[in-house]
Amino acid sequence: MTQPVTEDHVLETAAATTPGMLRLLLANRVAVVAGVVVLGFLVMGLLAPALVPYDPNAQHPEAIRAAPFAQAEGQHRFLLGADSLGRDLLSRIMYGARVSILLGVAVVLLTLVVGTGLGMVAGYFRGWFDTVMSRVVDTLLAFPFLIFALAIMAATGPNLVALVLALAFKGWVDFYRVARGDVLAAREADYVTAARGLGASMPHILFREILPNIVPPLIVLATLRMATIIIAEASLSFLGIGVPPSIPAWGTMVADGRADVASAWWIATFPGLAILLLVLSVNLFGEGLRDVLDPRMRK
Amino acid sequence: MWGRFATQRLLQLIPVLLGVSFIVFLTMHLTPSDPIEHMLGQAGSITQEQIDELRTHYGLDRPLILQYGLFVGNAVRGNFGLSYSHHGRAVALVVAERLPATLELTVFAFLIAILFAIPAGVIASLRPQGVFDRVATVGALLGISIPGFWLGIVLMILFGLQRHWLPISGRIDLGAMSEYYTGLYTLDALLSGNAAAFWSALKHMVLPGIAMAAPMAAMVMRMVRSSMIGVLGQDYIQFARAKGLPETMVVGKHALRNALIPTLNIVALQTGLLLSGNMIIETVFQYPGLGKLAVDAIGAADYPLVQAVVLLYAVSYVLLNLGADALQAMLDPRVRMA
Repeated sequence: MTQPVTEDHVLETAAATTPGMLRLLLANRVAVVAGVVVLGFLVMGLLAPALVPYDPNAQHPEAIRAAPFAQAEGQHRFLLGADSLGRDLLSRIMYGARVSILLGVAVVLLTLVVGTGLGMVAGYFRGWFDTVMSRVVDTLLAFPFLIFALAIMAATGPNLVALVLALAFKGWVDFYRVARGDVLAAREADYVTAARGLGASMPHILFREILPNIVPPLIVLATLRMATIIIAEASLSFLGIGVPPSIPAWGTMVADGRADVASAWWIATFPGLAILLLVLSVNLFGEGLRDVLDPRMRK
Repeated sequence: MWGRFATQRLLQLIPVLLGVSFIVFLTMHLTPSDPIEHMLGQAGSITQEQIDELRTHYGLDRPLILQYGLFVGNAVRGNFGLSYSHHGRAVALVVAERLPATLELTVFAFLIAILFAIPAGVIASLRPQGVFDRVATVGALLGISIPGFWLGIVLMILFGLQRHWLPISGRIDLGAMSEYYTGLYTLDALLSGNAAAFWSALKHMVLPGIAMAAPMAAMVMRMVRSSMIGVLGQDYIQFARAKGLPETMVVGKHALRNALIPTLNIVALQTGLLLSGNMIIETVFQYPGLGKLAVDAIGAADYPLVQAVVLLYAVSYVLLNLGADALQAMLDPRVRMA
């Protein structure tokens, strides 16, 4: 059984090596810029304690609702202004990056691992497990994502652990479906039959043969899910049932500024702009990754 | 064939709805805070006896599984119990009062999204990588990346506060309308021939409608664009052109009709997400609908009310998807056979 070698085939093989993929990704200028912005937010969040001009929770009574660039009495200067309690917006936005990114990564990793694991088992073994899982998945799919998270958070109140679980509770379904479908197809593929014929064990086939082949679409999905999770977390925080109010978070900050939109537009505007910029960059980077990693979707 | 498809899908609905109702029921009972304590928060000194009495009155003293059984049995008959935060009125009544407001706004947002997305997607597909296509692609990306609550606030600042073009809260100007038939204000205004009330109600929906429609418009536009590009490359389109049909006919009738079939799924899915947008956008604009009702009920630990609204949203979502599947099966015989 010899594969005819076509030009397409050669190209695919070249792109399938890690350096090849990296070259393709680096050639996509938009994705590179987006990746740099995401990295910038990550660094800003990680180094926030060292970088912030002020303690994000410190209240400066002389600077209540100070406008951007305003020089308050004394030497205090608030680059992006201050909120209704006189807290520095820039410092709070920098700290807010921590929460958004940390929660996003935590939720995506959790859903990726759980969804992929369950999906691989269901796809490989089929049987009653697959049947039960498909019922569970149908039920979860019946819930609009945000309303589901809202129902859970309504019960528990603002709390980080509950927030991760609420956002993850339905999120794993997407990974499950991709993993299950890909394993189902891979099961009958020649390389799996060959491995089985050579006497490879079931875990070996699942993790060493099949898993590496289904990882690329899962990575793409994980990146794009990250964008959704960041918006969902911010939305719940905006409603007051996401991140606890003591931790600076972008959604909470927009909610704080809502009452002052008529007199101090900057309080609600800047944190929202941060969400938009981060989510946009994550989306652009994810689409760049998809073009490289998922040849089926390549334009 | 058609009948069997419909029956099968309807039967599949039952376990899904049971699962949905169980999850909703369970989440509301995982809560650490006690609704009775919450209710009595501002009522001053109350004896333990009175607390127990209230607990029995609202059925909170029975075993969990029994409470679920009662919940489902009652829900099927439209009885969702009594609301803790609305002076003990029936939840079903409180929900019914707010339903028209949300229905009206959601339909309005749906229309904005569709009326914007389909033409934009079609125009973009006619010249891929052209100027319009590039602008639309960037716009769509912004649409899916922008947080709805923030878009709402920005629209509010720009068009309601800096320029007093549009109202930023409520459903209608005070005293603009006196006759109510359906609770859908625009429709009521038309029925009573009150043009001023009609404009007022419409104007109140513009900003929340746009904020709610943005992500849906973006997703639908992308889908219309990509499926139109696919369809326009097909042989039968070449054939229609070769026959000498005018381009508007080729694009508008032959291509669009086929491109819309795969779009239906996205439309149904996005309409479901439009519903979750309700909660956030209604809160931003103080729009007195179901979404705001739910968010307020969460604040008041009014579980029966939260349960009823969440369940209503989930059921609408399920039915929307079922409707889309049915419509798709009607338009595309290949789906029916599968």
